[in-house]
Amino acid sequence: MDIPVYSLVAYLVAAVLFIIGLMRMSTPKTARGGNVLAATGMLIAIVITLLLKEVLNYTMILVGIAIGGIIGGVAARTVKMTAMPQMVGIYNGFGGGGSLLIAAAEFFRYANLTEGFTVQNSITIVITILIGCVTFSGSMIAFGKLQGLVKSRPVTYPMQNIWNLVIFIAILAMMIYLIVSPGNVPVFIALIAVSLVLGVLLVIPIGGADMPVVISLLNSYSGLAGCAAGFVLGNMFLIISGALVGAAGFILTRIMCKAMNRSLGNVMFGAFGAVVQTTGTAGEEGEKVVREATPEDVTTLLGYAKSVIFVPGYGMATSQAQHHVAELATLLEQRGTDVKYAIHPVAGRMPGHMNVLLAEANVPYDKLYDLDDINADFERTDVAVVIGANDVTNPSARNMTDSPLYGMPILNVDKAKSVVVIKRSLSPGFAGVDNPLFYMEKTMMFFRDGKQAIIEILDEIKNL
Amino acid sequence: MGQDMVFLLYVFVLAMFAGYEVITKVPPILHTPLMSGANAISGVCLIGAMVVTGPTEVNLSTILGMIAVIMATINVVGGFMVTDRMLAMFKKE
Repeated sequence: MDIPVYSLVAYLVAAVLFIIGLMRMSTPKTARGGNVLAATGMLIAIVITLLLKEVLNYTMILVGIAIGGIIGGVAARTVKMTAMPQMVGIYNGFGGGGSLLIAAAEFFRYANLTEGFTVQNSITIVITILIGCVTFSGSMIAFGKLQGLVKSRPVTYPMQNIWNLVIFIAILAMMIYLIVSPGNVPVFIALIAVSLVLGVLLVIPIGGADMPVVISLLNSYSGLAGCAAGFVLGNMFLIISGALVGAAGFILTRIMCKAMNRSLGNVMFGAFGAVVQTTGTAGEEGEKVVREATPEDVTTLLGYAKSVIFVPGYGMATSQAQHHVAELATLLEQRGTDVKYAIHPVAGRMPGHMNVLLAEANVPYDKLYDLDDINADFERTDVAVVIGANDVTNPSARNMTDSPLYGMPILNVDKAKSVVVIKRSLSPGFAGVDNPLFYMEKTMMFFRDGKQAIIEILDEIKNL
Repeated sequence: MGQDMVFLLYVFVLAMFAGYEVITKVPPILHTPLMSGANAISGVCLIGAMVVTGPTEVNLSTILGMIAVIMATINVVGGFMVTDRMLAMFKKE
């Protein structure tokens, strides 16, 4: 395709706007403007593409844009902040799906042309099909797990990774076949089907708490799928934009893996959390004493504390407790208490999950502290309140070399003068290990649903 | 393989490095908006989908292209709008 010079320049402007937009995403102050810049870049690119002389089918294109625009717009306005992980998950899938369809459309177009495929066409098409399919079906499973439609615990079966390898080899064989003798429709359909199966099989063995890694990785793949589609069409703009998304997803994937002290391979193929491990002998269990707290106990403790750190986890998201937590924090501040929030990078189901929920509850972002910025503060803090978090507070990650959590950077909640843990039961977290924090002398266990617990404390604190 | 292909590979590799350098500094509070913003940018396959849907006849290719246009537009519009909605909530005291 011959793209006129003015269009190429306009695509360059759009790509630069994407890059500046992403640069501005590095501080909360400039982020919103950055997003607008990136959106402007996209608008320029869309208009320029409509003006290309090869693009003539305005009816189908504009109807498609209208349908997609309405669906996207309504979804963006109505989605609950607690459902953001699902939304990002399904959007990753659409990115992959779009690229996959472009490659398929190009395949059928070339198949009907007399001059047929060049080697270059065949290679780029089959690669796009593989990446697009894995991104699409993998994201749909991730969406299903986050939405509760698919079991969120890892699904495992014997020789899982061997099967995946066999399937991958079959895919490679089909790809090579399609490069050597292009245009074979049955093999092409089989390639799509088997690649979709691979996406499903790669994501089902990954458990709920590892979702931040999977979502980031699929985010990266959706960008790479766009790149691949760019290679199919020979479109530099697609390649540049896709690479930016690929890099963003890759960076987040690395940050998430580091925050769990696990390799990407372990997350992807380790089926972590599949088996609930039983730690300790029966004798040890007998000696463990838990101090169960009433709402009055917790309220008295909080009422006289000079400093409080809230430690939210996935339990706060599931019980939708963020607004009540923010209300409690405001009440405590009015009584002169110093309140902060400690956010672990992998708390929740996607990168930044807790930050978004607390922002929704009007908590100013300068009260939200990252792991490294707050860990030194715990020992100077009167009360740490853990709301529905578990593994990220487990002290055995620091010192028990045989624990599956060993080496994971944790929030040093156990260093606070007193600890309140709000949790429905003593059940172990995702890693399947017991949390010694619950049995410490300074720890009060308040067995409730997150939101219910905060409501009861709020009732008490108003009478204090 | 043609030289134009290698040229596109150059562009890809350099863009990955640029992306990596540009994005490394994003603080944890902005991780979710970064992802939804990236979702919107990954909707850039809309451009490709429009080209594929370009010819006026209705055939398998243009129908697949139109479905791709719908998916990509959902990403573009939904991604930018939800990111804006989220970023509007981030306030300093």
